[in-house]
Amino acid sequence: MSTPDKTPENKLPGVPEGPIARRGMFGATGTGDTSGYGGLVVRRAPQLSSPRPYGGYFDAIADELERALGDGFADAVERVVVDRGELTFHVKRERLVEVLRHLRDDPALRFELSLGVSGVHYPHETGAELHAVYHLCSMTHNRRLRVEVSCPDADPHIPSSVTVYPTHDWHERETYDFFGIIFDGHPALTRIEMPDDWDGHPQRKDYPLGGIPVEYRGAEIPAPDQRRSYA
Amino acid sequence: MTTSYDYDEDLKEGRVFTVVGQDWDDMVREISGAEEEHLVVNMGPQHPSTHGVLRLILTLSGETVTEARAVIGYLHTGIEKNLEYRTWTQGTTFVTRMDYLSPIFNETAYCMGVERLLGIEDRVPERAQAIRVMMMELNRISSHIFAIATYGMELGATTPFLTGLREREMILDIFEYITGLRMNMAYVRPGGVSVDLPAGAVDKVGEFLKVMPKRIKELRKLLDENPAYTRRTKDVAYLDLTGCMALGVTGPVLRAAGLPWDLRKTQPYCGYETYEFDVVTEKTCDVYGRYQVRVGEMEQSLKIVQQALDRLAGPELKGQPVMIDDKKIGWPSQLALGPDGLGNSPDHIAHIMGSSMEALIHHFKLVTEGFRVPAGQVYAAVESPRGELGAHVVSDGGTRPYRVHFRDPSFTNLQAIPATCEGGMVADVISAVASLDPVMGGVDR
Repeated sequence: MSTPDKTPENKLPGVPEGPIARRGMFGATGTGDTSGYGGLVVRRAPQLSSPRPYGGYFDAIADELERALGDGFADAVERVVVDRGELTFHVKRERLVEVLRHLRDDPALRFELSLGVSGVHYPHETGAELHAVYHLCSMTHNRRLRVEVSCPDADPHIPSSVTVYPTHDWHERETYDFFGIIFDGHPALTRIEMPDDWDGHPQRKDYPLGGIPVEYRGAEIPAPDQRRSYA
Repeated sequence: MTTSYDYDEDLKEGRVFTVVGQDWDDMVREISGAEEEHLVVNMGPQHPSTHGVLRLILTLSGETVTEARAVIGYLHTGIEKNLEYRTWTQGTTFVTRMDYLSPIFNETAYCMGVERLLGIEDRVPERAQAIRVMMMELNRISSHIFAIATYGMELGATTPFLTGLREREMILDIFEYITGLRMNMAYVRPGGVSVDLPAGAVDKVGEFLKVMPKRIKELRKLLDENPAYTRRTKDVAYLDLTGCMALGVTGPVLRAAGLPWDLRKTQPYCGYETYEFDVVTEKTCDVYGRYQVRVGEMEQSLKIVQQALDRLAGPELKGQPVMIDDKKIGWPSQLALGPDGLGNSPDHIAHIMGSSMEALIHHFKLVTEGFRVPAGQVYAAVESPRGELGAHVVSDGGTRPYRVHFRDPSFTNLQAIPATCEGGMVADVISAVASLDPVMGGVDR
């Protein structure tokens, strides 16, 4: 059997060369893996960034926001992603409130309805571990848009957008509760789901799920976060 | 009492009180030195009128509510976290338990998200979509009738409660007949639905469609013009369009403020654009308007169920598959009816255990490992009985969800409690909360 040519010229086309997420099978270490999958390399999906044209009404939204923000557009919007028919603006956190205000008030944009804030924790994205994701909906133009903001774990601060969308009040409290993102300027940033004296932020990836092994029909089933992972 | 959670004096919403249990008297003593005579009443979390475990802290001046604050979190079960440790298919079993009065909607929103991530939205069989629509609309009726029934009881009338639960029971019977379970069915799955309609299901739903219009008429006779009811509901808990938009309130509350915003019409999914129905609106912005919208929507839902049923029984969709034709995603078998109810299919087990090693491997891999979902994030929304139910689904390319967040309408709508209750009578707080129709399972997740 000939060894595969590993020179860069002969890489398979279309295979992304993202950072390595995992080597070997099941993520298990220290087991006598005889499956032959020990050399398996799983890479992270590459970070997306879509070029123009975005297609559909997405170009219209980008044009209008560019017009509203003027020269600040390139500074405020770090990248634009069009994926699976959805548009995402990755916005710098310092400019978030300004961008949201334009998105809400500009007659050509009019994203009157916000569907709240959702946090996501990406521990591998150094310097941008915590993300706050805002889903906006324009009833006037029947359009949808996602705005994503990130902040480093070491400095988990994002400006509060309650002044623009009052509905973010509880949503930001929830994201603070579960991810530890501090929304500066929120009127009363307290825990909302967990008890007030709870330690830690449970939906972060470094927070264990917990649980105990359970016996089922004579076999011992480990706690969910201790089970073998195929991912 | 000073804890690390106390904040500065310049907070816009006023002082923050931290009560950790057993210290209610201390807090009341601490704040009772105020200049005016105010009574702080703790309503809930164990109060029958708060729809589960919602706690309201009301500041009263006489019988007028001057401040109303909602406290939630008593039913937080960590479903979103748990999802991250199970396969994508097992996720349906978790999300169905969120808003327990509208399980089919939770499942559909989640599955639509997973399907969009997989890029198989167009390949979900038409029969599965029609079944989803029929089940969702039945679920909408059961949820609305339950909202009106409990609402009647909260105002002191037991008749709507008894009749409403009788009607809801018919729908739960249909659910049990089709899925095997009355609630939390995990019926909608990524790629389709878990099992086709059993023999006789079309007749059973048809019977329901014959009975239900009369029952809705009876309900209207009982409540529409009833002075005891209208006096408690008209001009109570006023929330106009501006308030709804600012607070992100959707669903019947928004439509009672006059805006015909219904995702089934404006951003159709599951083929809703092919069904004929109207969006019910009212202009009164009050509790009575919300009641009218709910009753009107039940009537419209019956129309949709009838259309879906005709399609399912018609020649075009009869005998068609209900799960996607992709062996790498579609569940390897359907459920079968055994002597102890709906469960594993003996034929399928005989096939994998007796005749095909490859089928066994395939079954084992798909059931234990699950399928992989390409990395990315999507937001899928459906019009649930309480408003826009959205699922923000994130994948890192693995066999488990990386993050699933549910934008539950109850959670957002509850923020309207101060706006609807403050300045009103304490008795109207019950009306206001009930007209928002919060389900705490969905609020706390």
